[in-house]
Amino acid sequence: MNFPLLWIIPALPLAAVGLNLLIGDRLGKRGTAWLACGAVGLAFAFAVRAVLRLAGLPEADRTIVENAYTWMRVGDFSASVAFLLDPLSAVMCLVVTGVGFLIHVYSVGYMAHDPSFRRFFLYLNLFMFAMLTLVLADNFLLMFVGWEGVGLCSYLLIGFWYERPSAAEAGKKAFVMNRIGDFGFILGMLLLFAWAGSLQYDRLFAIAPHVFVKGAAAITIATLLLFLGATGKSAQIPLYTWLPDAMEGPTPVSALIHAATMVTAGVYMVARCHPLFLLAPASLETVAVVGAATALFAATIGLAQNDIKRVLAYSTVSQLGYMFMACGVGAFTAGIFHLMTHAFFKALLFLGAGSVIHALSDEQDLRRMGGLAGKLPWTHGTMLVATLAIAGIPPLAGFFSKDEILSRAFASGHSGVWLVGLVGAALTAFYMFRLYILAFRGPSRLSHEAEHHLHESPPSMIIPLVVLAALSAVGGLVGQPMQEGGHLFERWMRPVFEGAGGEAAAPLSPRTEWTLIALSVAAAALGIYGAYRTYLVEPGLAARLRERLRAFHQAVLHKYWIDELYDALVVAPVYHLSQRLWRFWDERIVDGMVNGVAYTFEGVSALLRLFQTGFVGTYALFFTLGVLVILIELGRR
Amino acid sequence: MIPASWSLLLSAVVFTIGVIGVLVRRNAIVIFMSVELMLNSGNLAFVAFARQLNSLDGQVFVFFVMTVAAAEVAVGLAIIVNLFRLRESVFVDEINLLKG
Amino acid sequence: MAHVPWLTLLIFLPLAGAALIMLLPPSRGRAIRGLATGVAAAELVLSLPLWWLLVPGQTGWQFEERHPWLPLLGASYHLGADGISVMLVLLTTVLSVLAVVGSYTAVEKRAREFYASLLALETGMIGTFLAIDLLLFYVFWEAMLVPMYLLIGVWGGPRRVYAAIKFFLYTMAGSVLMLVAILSLYYMNRNLTGTATFDLDAFYRLPIGPAQQSLLFLAFAVAFAIKVPMFPFHTWLPDAHVEAPTAGSVILAAILLKMGTFGFIRYAIPLFPVASAHWAPWIVTLSIVGIIYGALVAMVQPDLKKLVAYSSVSHLGFCMLGMYAMNAQGLAGSMMQMINHGISTGALFMLVGVVYERRHTRMIADFGGLWKPLPVYGAVFLVVMLSSIGLPGTNGFIGEFLVLLGVFRAAPLWAVLAATGVILSAVYMLWMFQRVMFGPVTHAENQKLSDLTLRERLVFAPIILLIFWIGFAPQPFLSRMQPALDHTLELANQRKERSLRMPEARAPGTAAPVADRAPGAVR
Repeated sequence: MNFPLLWIIPALPLAAVGLNLLIGDRLGKRGTAWLACGAVGLAFAFAVRAVLRLAGLPEADRTIVENAYTWMRVGDFSASVAFLLDPLSAVMCLVVTGVGFLIHVYSVGYMAHDPSFRRFFLYLNLFMFAMLTLVLADNFLLMFVGWEGVGLCSYLLIGFWYERPSAAEAGKKAFVMNRIGDFGFILGMLLLFAWAGSLQYDRLFAIAPHVFVKGAAAITIATLLLFLGATGKSAQIPLYTWLPDAMEGPTPVSALIHAATMVTAGVYMVARCHPLFLLAPASLETVAVVGAATALFAATIGLAQNDIKRVLAYSTVSQLGYMFMACGVGAFTAGIFHLMTHAFFKALLFLGAGSVIHALSDEQDLRRMGGLAGKLPWTHGTMLVATLAIAGIPPLAGFFSKDEILSRAFASGHSGVWLVGLVGAALTAFYMFRLYILAFRGPSRLSHEAEHHLHESPPSMIIPLVVLAALSAVGGLVGQPMQEGGHLFERWMRPVFEGAGGEAAAPLSPRTEWTLIALSVAAAALGIYGAYRTYLVEPGLAARLRERLRAFHQAVLHKYWIDELYDALVVAPVYHLSQRLWRFWDERIVDGMVNGVAYTFEGVSALLRLFQTGFVGTYALFFTLGVLVILIELGRR
Repeated sequence: MIPASWSLLLSAVVFTIGVIGVLVRRNAIVIFMSVELMLNSGNLAFVAFARQLNSLDGQVFVFFVMTVAAAEVAVGLAIIVNLFRLRESVFVDEINLLKG
Repeated sequence: MAHVPWLTLLIFLPLAGAALIMLLPPSRGRAIRGLATGVAAAELVLSLPLWWLLVPGQTGWQFEERHPWLPLLGASYHLGADGISVMLVLLTTVLSVLAVVGSYTAVEKRAREFYASLLALETGMIGTFLAIDLLLFYVFWEAMLVPMYLLIGVWGGPRRVYAAIKFFLYTMAGSVLMLVAILSLYYMNRNLTGTATFDLDAFYRLPIGPAQQSLLFLAFAVAFAIKVPMFPFHTWLPDAHVEAPTAGSVILAAILLKMGTFGFIRYAIPLFPVASAHWAPWIVTLSIVGIIYGALVAMVQPDLKKLVAYSSVSHLGFCMLGMYAMNAQGLAGSMMQMINHGISTGALFMLVGVVYERRHTRMIADFGGLWKPLPVYGAVFLVVMLSSIGLPGTNGFIGEFLVLLGVFRAAPLWAVLAATGVILSAVYMLWMFQRVMFGPVTHAENQKLSDLTLRERLVFAPIILLIFWIGFAPQPFLSRMQPALDHTLELANQRKERSLRMPEARAPGTAAPVADRAPGAVR
């Protein structure tokens, strides 16, 4: 392996960042676009090459580790910059580079008129570097570099249009929320290192069963802390509120970072640490419950949002919930499978939404769209595929992965989780078709201005849409249920997740499995039908429903007032406490004491100064009195 | 012969007059003269003891003191004259600042 | 190599340069700046070989120099370096050059005296790091105060006199206590061994009973804690920083504060390990309070410099905390944090200086939307800010993580509390950044601001280089400091055990003199 196999993959986008910084101003838009897309495209090629190499290895030793250099070594602690390719990171790597490349290409068209074109691709490439580091790292610490790195890029890209105060605010919110999660991540790492003495995956996972008793407090706390990190990054309850606000960023960013790749880092991390989570059943249970709760909760909020991107954002939160649900019930393969298919169709949905927004001259409100199907044929067609996929209609990708999650949840005895997932699936189908119908069907509600400028997007934007639509359509076929020895995706993942609890659970009988499939398809169909009735067939129904369910609608529309709650419970008290600390404690008490000492001296001196009149006579008098005292004292001896 | 105690008593009285003069008078020249009184009361005591002890040491000291007193008069009067030129006053109450 | 008095050259070259500058007529501004830059650069060049010449694995002092100084007292001119001090000396020389170059346009009145003070200050700082005779150390320690006092008091802002006097008296109060403790050590050593010396090595060998250690430790610790500054001795810092000129703030934050932490590592902990352990809970508590308190108070500051000053309180809390983990990772993290804080906070002050020079205000509310007129400035600010909040890949992370790692092993709860600083630092820094850089340009006069000049870019380039170098490859730094830190730790542990085995010793001062030998009998 003389030729670099792994480190070159993250290094390519990084090199593009460097080149862009150095000579970007001389490249012009075309050059910048070629540089950025070329680096990511090449990274994709290298990723394919590496994965092919991996696939060529016998199943038992399908891991490639590449050690770049020792990062730091202090006492018995050491961390390397080392990269690991195994089936899990291979899937992630392909998804990140593949979808990433498509989105880069799309952005060339989408951002063509933006004055900060170069800065955009700079950030985007930096993001690719960080994300690939995260995915390919072979220890927690290096993963953390990518982990915070993607957070940074997310911050920069959300606040890309920094002149909009709301964008800057959203960026900061995202970063801080992520930092709260990272607080957990860091402590989790510290705990693991303190107990097991290594942060390198292989070593740590090998040692873990020996130092941690299954279900003991230490491992439970460690995994919960890691999961706190995951909730931050992957926008789960309680740290999800940043993701919808993150839609302030340019749409390709929402597609790449806030749908397809970065937000799935938490799922990847949990899957990566599955040997640890399996040692802590309570943590797994928490993951499942949080995932299921988020899936349902976010889906309900998605029902009433009017901003096309916000609907998709809540849908992302909800779908991420499904992935955690899968991990929580031990079905890590299903979780990663859904991660992959979700990356396809959600990226497509965002890019499609971007295409719509682009066509409508930056209109994002669903209430001012409608009837676009004929005007934007390519966008409409691909969007329809994606919507069907996310709703779970066979044989599109989303059906296979979501169905697998639900059946695994059922099979592992989590029927409550399964039920929540099923309801969520129906809701998903409902709000996704609500979006589809409001945007593409029915009468046009466009403003005259927008109508006039309406145009289909350029090919650089349409081609990625078509590719992603194809992937959303057939991507699920690698995971067809009820196959002898597991489906293709499962067989590929087996070296990683071998022996993981949920994976080994007894397979369901074909009859149960068919029933489950029928139920989930029925749920999806119900949702679609509901949306169809409410928003297309009976125009007044939506308003009547709003009236009927007024309290619920208000709650959902205002996102259950969670932002306001956080503001009142956390932000405001901390702010006021800090003000108080500064104004009262620091300036009055602490500094007051310091100045008090000074004033005391000043006061005493003022008293003493009274004796220093400046008159010779006074001094002579004191002198004489002093001499007399001495004489008297001497005389008494 | 006059006993030494009488001389010493006179010396003490003169000294006290000198001290009081320094303390209560405001005129720099009078204060100056009071200082001379105190010095001279010291001289008187020296002479008295010299006679009493039949030693010349005391008398020698008196010469030293007189020399010093003479030097002091020269310097001190010069300062006072200068002060008068500057302030047109030799009252010490008005001279309570370190700078001229 | 042993014959080149390397350290002496390093210490006195800036002072000689300062004297030379004072010989120039004050009207020749360019010559003065050029000479000052030349001297600072020569000093940097002179210090760089230490990086390679230092033999990390070798215990004991390197580049050692020793000459009798005040034979009557037994004080000697004893210099020596190890991995710890070499790193701090290099930090000093690098930042001094940047501070000098960064002041070209900022200082107009009395430029000659300004640069002379800056260089004299450098002598004091390097001397403090390299002296291993306690009297010599004390002399350098105090000598540092004067130029700093002048920098704040002459070239400072409106309340400069208040700030300068506060700074001076505050530090003075601490160091006088330290002087008493040094003298006490001196007499104890003389009574015990009959040798009159201020040599650090001799004191390292001096057995001190636990009871005596406590007082002596407290005297040293207060002096150092004021310098660090640890909560609640920190209130001189915001005032001093706000009033000081940019270069003064940079040096103050980057180097002077490190004197305190350096003092703990070099003196307070190895000399009095029992007392140090005894007082550790207090120091740790104050450090953690400092971390959280500094961050919270920084959050609500309306003045950029004050914000950075309070963030220093928070960062230095990490330094102290890591040190008191008393294990390899904690100490290494603490050292890294010292260097990182020097780099990133120094750079933050320079960045504030850049806009201050252009706008003559430091109030956050007077800015907003600066990214548009100042894109390069914004990018540099972004990198430095990220380093300050400890983003992985920048230097800040290495220090913070190692500190947390060490502390977690010592006591997990401390680490949990300290890690909240990770969140808070992001809050106050990002919020500040947002208010200064993002949004529309709210003040018309900000619209026309000019971006970083070439000179300013040259000042920030090495900083950014260091930020990423340490972030991605800290090992060259770590491996140079590690042996010295291990040695310190070992020394402290040895002395601790020896002290604990001692019979309860007499109180200092009352000791019956072992034939009170005259100081003349030293040699």
